[in-house]
Amino acid sequence: MTVLDILDRHRGIEGALLPILHDVQAAFGHVSEEAIKTIASSLNLTRAEVHGVVSFYHDFKTAPEGQPVLKICRAEACQARGVEALVAGLAENSRVKLETIYCLGLCSVGPAAMTGDKVHARLDKAKLQSLVDSL
Amino acid sequence: MKVRISDDALALACGADAVAAAFEAAGAEVERTSSWGMHWLEPLVDIDGIGYGPVAVEDVTSIVSGQGASLSIGAIADHPFIARQQRLTFARAGKTRSLSLADYEASGGWVGLQQARQLGSDAVIDALIASGLRGRGGAGFPAGVKWRTVAHAKADQKYIVCNADEGDSGTFADRMVMEGDPFQLIEGMAIAGFAVGATKGYVYIRSEYPHAIQKMQAAVQACAHLIAPFDVEIRVGAGAYVCGEETSLLNSLEGKRGEVRAKPPLPALEGLFGKPTVVNNVLTLATVPWIMAHGAQAYADYGMGRSRGTMPIQIAGNVRYGGLFETAFGITLGELVAEIGGGTATGRPVRAVQVGGPLGGYHPPGQFDTPFDYESFAEIDGLIGHGGLVVFDDSVDMAKQARFAMEFCAAESCGKCTPCRLGSTRGLETLDRILAGENIAQNLALVEDLCDTMKFGSLCALGGFTPYPVLSAIKHFSEDFGER
Repeated sequence: MTVLDILDRHRGIEGALLPILHDVQAAFGHVSEEAIKTIASSLNLTRAEVHGVVSFYHDFKTAPEGQPVLKICRAEACQARGVEALVAGLAENSRVKLETIYCLGLCSVGPAAMTGDKVHARLDKAKLQSLVDSL
Repeated sequence: MKVRISDDALALACGADAVAAAFEAAGAEVERTSSWGMHWLEPLVDIDGIGYGPVAVEDVTSIVSGQGASLSIGAIADHPFIARQQRLTFARAGKTRSLSLADYEASGGWVGLQQARQLGSDAVIDALIASGLRGRGGAGFPAGVKWRTVAHAKADQKYIVCNADEGDSGTFADRMVMEGDPFQLIEGMAIAGFAVGATKGYVYIRSEYPHAIQKMQAAVQACAHLIAPFDVEIRVGAGAYVCGEETSLLNSLEGKRGEVRAKPPLPALEGLFGKPTVVNNVLTLATVPWIMAHGAQAYADYGMGRSRGTMPIQIAGNVRYGGLFETAFGITLGELVAEIGGGTATGRPVRAVQVGGPLGGYHPPGQFDTPFDYESFAEIDGLIGHGGLVVFDDSVDMAKQARFAMEFCAAESCGKCTPCRLGSTRGLETLDRILAGENIAQNLALVEDLCDTMKFGSLCALGGFTPYPVLSAIKHFSEDFGER
């Protein structure tokens, strides 16, 4: 799978840039400067335009992550259910990257988190720690 | 023994897959269905209409051998949380397999679309106007009026765009529709397409909802032949809250930065790719089939004042009985929080309820007699938004919540307009000074002045409504902001 294959797959569809960027992000774990160049020339956009889109959205990364990511919801409903104390009590861990996410739609069973496409609810100290350790 | 267990994201997050596997291992036939919306009971197991929950893997053997009485809630349909509701949009919740066309048809699916095709497009729009259905995304604009504007616009191409970028904390009704009853949403879009003369529809789903994306993609494929010549495509957002704002969403669909557009032009006249576009929330579109099948008057018979029909209310946060509660407009906030929600999960007194998402006001128990409808909440400087309630107990620090509202706005601002882009950051800094005890009276006056500028000067609801949580926190919980 190359960036060109991905571009081919989306040829002719309306507003193709986001679907293309999602596929590139999924295939390579990030959207590189090189990929931005290729995409821009294929869609007849400037590199600045594509870069502007990449940098606007939280989902697109310009460098590979390199470490497992745990996304924790820290929006109001999870705050009401104690997520801040939970995060504060989490043991130092440089191996796993904690990312804040605003709302997984699990607002009645928070605190909630996401790893990959998997969702986790009713987190307490022990559950969160074992989730971090499992990554 | 046939066992029914939800496979929506919330049930999965609570461990439903492992429970389902344990029942299969114990020899039961397992059917995966949509969720009843009684979230404190998930994973909820339904055996011949009798509910058990929340079920853990360890409980499976005893339930299979008939010893599960301690987890039994009796007949699910008779449970007070369900029996008190008036479920129209969520009529199928818990009862059908979300991707089964047979279940959908057997429960009245596609009747609305057939009815619409017989009525003709003008009559469909008249009926929608008569039903009083207002946009459920939060703005509350009459859906039929929007459709009529698009129908009357002349263009070679028109679009139906479903806003499924449900980013508000405390809301999950869109997710439940997409994961539980996706065909109903698609049917609503097909009716919209028929009514306004659009052949193409997009559903813009946030990337934080992978299960909804998967179900919607499968559903669109399964029913393509039934909605033709209308065609629906699923598009995925990329983690920008502001894309729930309709003009940002349109830019995002076009492959651009999700920046807000100035209005006019209205999207109904110049929307996606400059073409006339209906942009409706998931709940709005998912309610259309019921209205077409049962008649506009039947829908309008529910509700109060100018808020007709029902609202799927989402009870969340620190609440004992959280979940989806669909009911006619007019129920009071107090009934929802205390009677139906059962107060806080921690057992401490309720101190505040945020109504309508991160841009909604914080309401103290003194306002619990407010009826749930658009106008009543506007009168108390609040909004019902997308129908989410987030309950807080008395351990909450409301100055911190006000600060968070500004912080959230600063993080999610698209940067297009100055009041939102700069105002949110300056507001955050000023609230930090207040929290540090610096010139409190003076700084509070500054925040109030700033909120006024944001409210009237911002291009969209993000900057325009962030003042609601901030000002309501200052007004109702001034003791948390220190001595003036």
